[in-house]
Amino acid sequence: MADEPLVLGIETSCDETGIGIVRGTTLLADAVASSVDEHARFGGVVPEVASRAHLEAMVPTVRRALADAGVTMHDIDAIAVTSGPGLAGALLVGVAAAKGYAVALDKPLYGVNHLASHVCVDQLEHGKLPEPCMALLVSGGHSSLLLVPDITADVRPLGSTIDDAAGEAFDKVARVLGLGFPGGPVIDRWAREGDRSAIVFPRGLTGPRDAPFDFSFSGLKTSVARWVEARQRAGETVPVADVAASFQEAVVDVLTRKAIRACKENGVEHLMMGGGVSANSRLRALAQERCDAAGIVLRVPRPGLCTDNGAMVAALGAEMVARDRAPSTLSIPADSSMPVTVSQALS
Amino acid sequence: MLLLAFDTATPAVTVALHDDSGVLADSTRVDARRQGELLAPGIVDVLRAAGRTRAELTDIAVGVGPGPYTGLRVGIVTALALGDALGVPVHGVCTLDALAYAARRDGTVTGPFVAATDARRKEVYWARYDEAGARVEGPAVDRAGELAEEVRGLPAVGAGAALYASEFGDVRLPEHPDAAALAAFAVERLVGGGGLLAAEPLYLRRPDAQVPVGYKVVTPGGPGGRA
Repeated sequence: MADEPLVLGIETSCDETGIGIVRGTTLLADAVASSVDEHARFGGVVPEVASRAHLEAMVPTVRRALADAGVTMHDIDAIAVTSGPGLAGALLVGVAAAKGYAVALDKPLYGVNHLASHVCVDQLEHGKLPEPCMALLVSGGHSSLLLVPDITADVRPLGSTIDDAAGEAFDKVARVLGLGFPGGPVIDRWAREGDRSAIVFPRGLTGPRDAPFDFSFSGLKTSVARWVEARQRAGETVPVADVAASFQEAVVDVLTRKAIRACKENGVEHLMMGGGVSANSRLRALAQERCDAAGIVLRVPRPGLCTDNGAMVAALGAEMVARDRAPSTLSIPADSSMPVTVSQALS
Repeated sequence: MLLLAFDTATPAVTVALHDDSGVLADSTRVDARRQGELLAPGIVDVLRAAGRTRAELTDIAVGVGPGPYTGLRVGIVTALALGDALGVPVHGVCTLDALAYAARRDGTVTGPFVAATDARRKEVYWARYDEAGARVEGPAVDRAGELAEEVRGLPAVGAGAALYASEFGDVRLPEHPDAAALAAFAVERLVGGGGLLAAEPLYLRRPDAQVPVGYKVVTPGGPGGRA
């Protein structure tokens, strides 16, 4: 399908400099330069460190993506970039670079929403997005349930976290357990050796009067910290694997329970998962189990496409081109608090 | 030669096009918070005003600061992207040198002087120049009041001098660098030799970040070895 648009996507909303190249819904390149190791000793992402790393990585990562895709700069039909939400200074490096490439190549620019991109990326693996679908978006910065009638123009938030994002809870609990940063992958590994029913941690916002599709993970994190500190004060050994497994189970139980309910209440048959936390092995397993039981089709990309990357941005940009959406102007800002309801920044 | 020059290291978002005989078109807008929104349209406008196309560009010159980081990076990454896509070299110019060049061009200084821009946090980015306009000290970042008396006593140009007028005795225009001066400076160096800088930011400060203390490691080592 050589007539499908060849789109270069740029992602710099957090600590990954991601450059992706897609043709329509076909992934050609997914180059990522991560500054995560530079942040590890700070226990979290330092915005200025991330921004400096994006600037250094930009051109080399674009070059790597072009080489991987086997295309030249002049083959590119459109440039897509994450214009928000994310870290303001980090986003701005990507947006300015995208404008530079768009001006130099005289090609249209699409400033797209990071969260919508996380939903759209599965097109590259499992084909066209079923619409409407439900999307569970879980990462270090976001935890949302979205009803998606049209990924390029109509995304409706049903609920989101009222305090910490799910990924943030993994980072904080990893810190409590002395497991380092980032917390997601390391807790996942420990949890595989633990008993997930060993400790019953609270399931936030699951009472009958709670908002059905909002999340809360702050109380859970505090509860884990109290439990661990009590053992430490008593001079007991902390059963790290059991704590990790039980904490993880509390998170993924609430996420999947609410996602299934959202599908049922809205009569939607497809659940998409995206964002870094959807790389978690237990979340993927439990979501599959519960979707199967409920007759819902689960779609989740491979873990490498769940975390931040440029391919997801290119995927959404290509969809904008395919649906004849007008490009963004060269005046679009980097919008750190871009609402999820806005799939594309127009001007 | 057709050189596109711009700078976003101060509140002035400034773009100029120079063909080695003179400036063909230029544009400057002052807005400290909108570098990312104003620069690319400014580039398109300047090319259009001069009746030239992006494909004709032979060189790009960009102000590499020092300046507030977020705005500074807009100019540099834009220059790197343009240079990469067009296959033309990207040259760095110290933003204070562009400011100094503008001051001498405008005749506001003749002898030795200092150029200073706002570094926020009660500090200035500054450099000292001799009577021939050559930078002899800096760039550096300091509190204006802590600069040596012999520096503070010189005629001082730039918004950093105007902001701390009680520390700098003899404050003069211009307030901001402009890309016309940056372009002329770059062309002089490219034609006459003398060299330019790499297109890398002159941050002068390390990132603000504290390594947290007080983590209690309860379990050294573990599955996968990441701990």
